[in-house]
Amino acid sequence: MKRLMIGNEAIARGAYEAGATVATAYPGTPSTEIVSSFAKFDGVYAEWSPNEKVALEVGIGASIGGARILVAMKHVGVNVAADPLYTFAYTGVNGGLVLVSADDPGMHSSQNEQDNRGYGKFAKIPVLEPTDSQEALEFCKMGFDISEKFDTPVMLRITTRLAHSQTMVETGEKEEYEVKGYKKNAPKYVMLPANARGRHVEVEKRMLELKEYAESSELNWIELADTKIGIITSGVPYQYVKEAMPGVSILKLGMVNPLPETLIKEFAQKVDRLVVIEELEPVIEEQIKSWGIQVEGKELFSLLGEYSPELIEKVLKGVNNEDMYGLVKEIPGRPPLLCPGCPHRGVFYTLRKMRLIVAGDIGCYTLGALSPLDGIDTTICMGASIGTAMGMEKARGEEFAEKMVAVIGDSTFVHSGITPLIDIVYNQGTSTVLILDNDTTAMTGHQEHPATGKTITSQPTRKLDLVALVKSVGIENVQVVDPLKLDELQNALKEELGKREPSVIIAKRPCALIERQPSGVKYYVDPELCTGCKLCIRIGCTGINFLDEEKIAVMNDNNCVGCGLCPQICKFDAIKVLEV
Amino acid sequence: MSKQVTDILIVGVGGQGTLLTSRILADVAVQMGYDVKVSEIHGMAQRGGSVVTQVRYGKKVYSPIIKKGDADILLAFEKLEAARWLDYIKPDGMVIINDERVDPLPVMSGKVKYPEDIVDKIQNLIPNTRLINATEIAGQCGNARAANVVLVGVLAAVAGLPVKEMESAIRALVPEKAININLKAFEEGMKIIAD
Repeated sequence: MKRLMIGNEAIARGAYEAGATVATAYPGTPSTEIVSSFAKFDGVYAEWSPNEKVALEVGIGASIGGARILVAMKHVGVNVAADPLYTFAYTGVNGGLVLVSADDPGMHSSQNEQDNRGYGKFAKIPVLEPTDSQEALEFCKMGFDISEKFDTPVMLRITTRLAHSQTMVETGEKEEYEVKGYKKNAPKYVMLPANARGRHVEVEKRMLELKEYAESSELNWIELADTKIGIITSGVPYQYVKEAMPGVSILKLGMVNPLPETLIKEFAQKVDRLVVIEELEPVIEEQIKSWGIQVEGKELFSLLGEYSPELIEKVLKGVNNEDMYGLVKEIPGRPPLLCPGCPHRGVFYTLRKMRLIVAGDIGCYTLGALSPLDGIDTTICMGASIGTAMGMEKARGEEFAEKMVAVIGDSTFVHSGITPLIDIVYNQGTSTVLILDNDTTAMTGHQEHPATGKTITSQPTRKLDLVALVKSVGIENVQVVDPLKLDELQNALKEELGKREPSVIIAKRPCALIERQPSGVKYYVDPELCTGCKLCIRIGCTGINFLDEEKIAVMNDNNCVGCGLCPQICKFDAIKVLEV
Repeated sequence: MSKQVTDILIVGVGGQGTLLTSRILADVAVQMGYDVKVSEIHGMAQRGGSVVTQVRYGKKVYSPIIKKGDADILLAFEKLEAARWLDYIKPDGMVIINDERVDPLPVMSGKVKYPEDIVDKIQNLIPNTRLINATEIAGQCGNARAANVVLVGVLAAVAGLPVKEMESAIRALVPEKAININLKAFEEGMKIIAD
């Protein structure tokens, strides 16, 4: 029976049907639901790894150990895992390994929109690109076969639109897959220079064989129709082309590395005008051009953002439906914001109030950068806050470090914040690091991590003790504070910033979405006392609004969760507990 | 050329339940034997930002996203969001708006004003626009949070979706203790169009 599945769930299903018994991941939008879905199958092992590098390394071990394994991460996660990936491309596999790279054209929830198809050429591994959930399932299964047949890791490259679109899927039966035997094979798996030179030869041979395979594979096909225009495309853009340009000839590529040169040449000869439609980088276009074939691509379509059916209509048919009704331009924006009761809000209010420079990191708390909190100076990648703070101190001196903090979440700290903290201790930095410990990986939808004490299936496990950890690397100044108690937080910051030694402050309170605020307390604004100063509005909380005409603040009872932050900010004691 | 695919755009503010609404609709469209595609937004936008979910069903659906100017129905959980996504509705399409105002940050912080006359403006552009006090009706049914299901009822009546299948989808997709309130909310939503 057919049923609806998001692409991510279909990938998990495909891996299960292919007999994969291990899956690893670090959560990251838009990849998160792949391994969380896989974890629900019986008889499999799944884990949230501390970061993507560990996820892939565990995957490599499982592969060498003979199992089929699925590893999933968002596009920037592959950067973290790139080191093992490039060399794993040399060793090849025992049990098949499919690595899902979930790219984010349009940056719905990411810090860049790099195109990970580039990894295919760079690491010399095959890259498959499905167009809907059915193909996501099938390509994932085929990926395991290709991985074992050609002795290589396989990248399954998807985008946000595939990951989070539900389309109809016909599921199949689970194949019986016997875990392969393990035999020591040092020339294949020990990448000393002498062995690696031998493996590089194998990699190049394999790429030639894969090219041959691509020419005749069912992954790539031609739909010949009107030959005035021929479109080469892959992934979700194939659907946009079918929608916007019915009746054109299409070469649909399911395998985007290596490309089927002969098939492409054959298609090019059949059409009058050849156009490549690919989101982001001209990965396909440049290779076609390198073969001396005339083709249009990025001179027509943008290097930026996500495509759509109307974009294709606009470029190829001249249809323009932009701003049809002329209303959109007068609509105020609605940026995302921290939830009411969020423990991060008071932190950024305090940092701003103290006029501190803030090296930020990746998580819900990155929203602290937005107005009106305006609380972050830098955000680069997972774990970068601590090293950035160290670098700014070394550039500008210890006095500067007294006016600066690094801010990082608990999950992000475990992901990649520990080594830069060791750097600060080792190289005698004096930075103050604020770990915002909300006891979850919040932004991606509340996944467990080592410091929550629970596994991916919510089983209890040894809980990573953050206080003991930071002490053990040599941080002597460690304080744990409640971020909803602003005095406590501010005093801790003043004290630690004043020390010419490294410090860690752990601001500890569970995410407001997993643990409702304790209070049940309701607040009201006393209109007699409110002066209309708008200080409470500066915390950017939907629980409190400002009435322009009356020039006073008023609680929004639908949103307020009674966290008690705004009463601490009001200088006129106008926000009071409502006695019932 | 008559359209082969029904396009429904569901918009609102992160946390208002657009995802649940789209899943109820999609579930019913599948039961009716259609090809169905649904595009969702997860991640950062869910934190109080503007969110959109797109449901498409018909004999054969290609793109998971709706073209601008093509949507048959725009279902908005908030007034400003109806205006933000208006370019997606076709001129003779239907706009269903919950009479709910959620101030975005720039309004809360006093940088810009909430456009008070926004529903009138939409009505002038798209004649078939209905303003529904779904939050109030849901409150009368037992929980204001069921406003999205009141709107599902309105939508079902407008799009001619089968009642039994809708009810069974609601049963399957809402938390057990909220089933009765949601079924009542659905019924009240249907009535608005019937009346």
